[in-house]
Amino acid sequence: MRLERDVFYIILASLLLMVAIPWTAGLLSEEIFFEWPFFFEVAIGGLLSGVMYSLVALGFVLIFKASGVFNFAQGAMVLFAALTLVGLNEMGLPMWLAIIATLIVMLVLAMAIERVVLRSLVNQEHIILFMATIGIAYFLDGFGQTIWGSEVKNLDLGFSQAPDFYFGGLILINDFDLIAAVIAGILVIVLALFFQYTRIGRALRAVADDHQAALSVGIPLKHIWVIVWAVAGIVALVAGIMWGSKLGVQFSLALIALKALPVLILGGFTSIPGAIIGGLLIGAGEKLAEVFIAPMIGGGIEDWFAYMLALAFLVFRPQGLFGEKIIERV
Amino acid sequence: MNIKKVKTGIIAAAVGMACLVSTPAVMAAESQYIGSLVYRTGPYAPGGIPWADGFADYINLLNERDGGINGVKLNLEECDTAYNTDKGVECYERLKGNGPTGMPAVMPLSTGITYALLDRVVADKIPLITSGYGRADGSDGTIFPYVFVPPATYWGGADIAINYISQQEGGYGNLKGKKIALVYHDSAYGKEPIKTLEALAAQHGFNLTLFPVPHPGLEQKSTWLKIGRQLRPDYVLMWGWGVMNATAIKEAAAVNFPREKFIGVWWSGNDADMVPAGDAAVGYKSLQFNGVGADFEVHKMIKQVLYANGKGSAKSEAGIGEVAYNRGVQSAVILTEALQGAMNEFGNKPVTGEQVQWALDRLDIDEARLKAIGAEGLFDPIKLSCADHLGKGRAKMTQWDGSQWKSISDWIEPNNEMLGAMYKESAAAYAKEKGITPRACN
Repeated sequence: MRLERDVFYIILASLLLMVAIPWTAGLLSEEIFFEWPFFFEVAIGGLLSGVMYSLVALGFVLIFKASGVFNFAQGAMVLFAALTLVGLNEMGLPMWLAIIATLIVMLVLAMAIERVVLRSLVNQEHIILFMATIGIAYFLDGFGQTIWGSEVKNLDLGFSQAPDFYFGGLILINDFDLIAAVIAGILVIVLALFFQYTRIGRALRAVADDHQAALSVGIPLKHIWVIVWAVAGIVALVAGIMWGSKLGVQFSLALIALKALPVLILGGFTSIPGAIIGGLLIGAGEKLAEVFIAPMIGGGIEDWFAYMLALAFLVFRPQGLFGEKIIERV
Repeated sequence: MNIKKVKTGIIAAAVGMACLVSTPAVMAAESQYIGSLVYRTGPYAPGGIPWADGFADYINLLNERDGGINGVKLNLEECDTAYNTDKGVECYERLKGNGPTGMPAVMPLSTGITYALLDRVVADKIPLITSGYGRADGSDGTIFPYVFVPPATYWGGADIAINYISQQEGGYGNLKGKKIALVYHDSAYGKEPIKTLEALAAQHGFNLTLFPVPHPGLEQKSTWLKIGRQLRPDYVLMWGWGVMNATAIKEAAAVNFPREKFIGVWWSGNDADMVPAGDAAVGYKSLQFNGVGADFEVHKMIKQVLYANGKGSAKSEAGIGEVAYNRGVQSAVILTEALQGAMNEFGNKPVTGEQVQWALDRLDIDEARLKAIGAEGLFDPIKLSCADHLGKGRAKMTQWDGSQWKSISDWIEPNNEMLGAMYKESAAAYAKEKGITPRACN
């Protein structure tokens, strides 16, 4: 109960600061343009971007929960899924069939990773598993491009990219961002429910705590790993579709993992709600900082500010906002 | 019996290996070696692949159609840098000694690799050709004898962009009070035009606002909210790279900034950048130091000699004529013209880097020569000298119509008088820092 109150106060304080700092900056500096409609425009834009970050962060959280390992290959999986989808679509499959086929590919990939890489690493140090995911990342980057090529591919979902004005024409919001946020939001809710209220969810928490102990009570470790990597693959596909339609399907998609890291630091590596709240706070925080603080110090602070913001939260919550508190007896 | 078989196998393998090793050596003795640093993989591959295809196609065209240059076959070897500086240096070190006379020139295709090679090429006597990237002050041949920067520099590009805007506004006099924003990749490359633009802003009275975008530029919402909703500039210039370009164009559309007033440098004007931007890119403009389209004689020859016989480098003929492809052809033309100049002087045999540097110092690709190559109108003539390693530095403005680039201006010449002084000042500072004595050019 006390923990929840802490989290509530931290979030409340950060929201107040996100309003107070830009407003004060606007008062103090002539370089800062501050008007309430513009402030809300930036904040809403940031929140919508934040949902997109959460989408990528979710993949990391799922695998971390199941194996206690930071999956370095999550960005590569996003790229691989998007390349496969567009590649199959270009070969003539209709989009719905290409999506189903890509889901099957991601499932097969999950099974292959479990069989070839993970199975022999049961009960090894986490750093060994982490190193293995680095190998998987490089393999997927190269393999995906070898099969589907390195050219930029267009992924057009048919959504409007045009700006729309809301609240009496005062606030500009991009329709595509809204749609992407809704899709990401639905996925997040489904996953949260699935892992919170099913046996698999409990089983994967047990696996994360201790591989051998989980095996000893009859939890089928290899099945859990396959399920989790497959779900991470599905999340990667959704992220790949949304980001790919925004940036084009190209190698740079693998780099969006960079946008998820501060979200994970802030939200905690083990919490699905943490990935959501973390994404929203990082998204809004970095955009407000870039618009209302950056002009005073030369601009271009968005990326590193996100990490700084995340680290600031760690001062108050070392395990991340929603992360599990680790108590180890010595 | 088994041992005998093993022995026979070993001998056979050894003979086979010897053949494999000696074959290229024999070929190399007859042919002119060309080492090419390309990036067909990595995050920037979409722009690197068509360049590499254009470069290879022109070299192969000379081999297939003319039997090489002056009867000397060309032997092209690619090394993939993935646009990484460390891999670029590794490639250079690996290739520089290949062939009978080593690598005759290096085109690193990256400002980062260019900087890493600056000292090495002088020691190795291998010309460094950086077309439209690298050090702008490399145009001063007295300080940089082994650096060549035709056909254009970033500083010239900035000046040309302002020149074009002034034409749109009815003269330089009308620039006073105008708001021009620069969205740039927050790196040494992206910062290159700032000094020139600041000088021009002071000279013509327009207001310059800078918007750095951190690498890789996947997320630019806040930047474009500031531009489109707050500053509302008259024009936006972009020095972007890779995924940053398409993202910027999409975000410009998202805040309704008119694409007709959005101008990118040549590295923000690849076909690959326009694909993901889709309809948002219609009307967007970009400087190019080469012509656009696939309707030139050299393209017809490439299709006829190579692609009709299944010898083309690109996946299909559709890639021919892309901006980056044409740039690859242009780089190959600059190199092969220099090789020919060197062979004309030093004999029809493989030439060294030092001999190619001699030829580059005298490179003259005029209209008549361009016509003979089949590239009249595709490239601007280039005339270099011992002191001038740039040429006129001209570029043209192009506009994306939704499916291809259209040329919308003639070649625009930058203010070479002003820029020449800036090049000299910068090169002199470099010479002082490195203790270089300028060579005499008479």
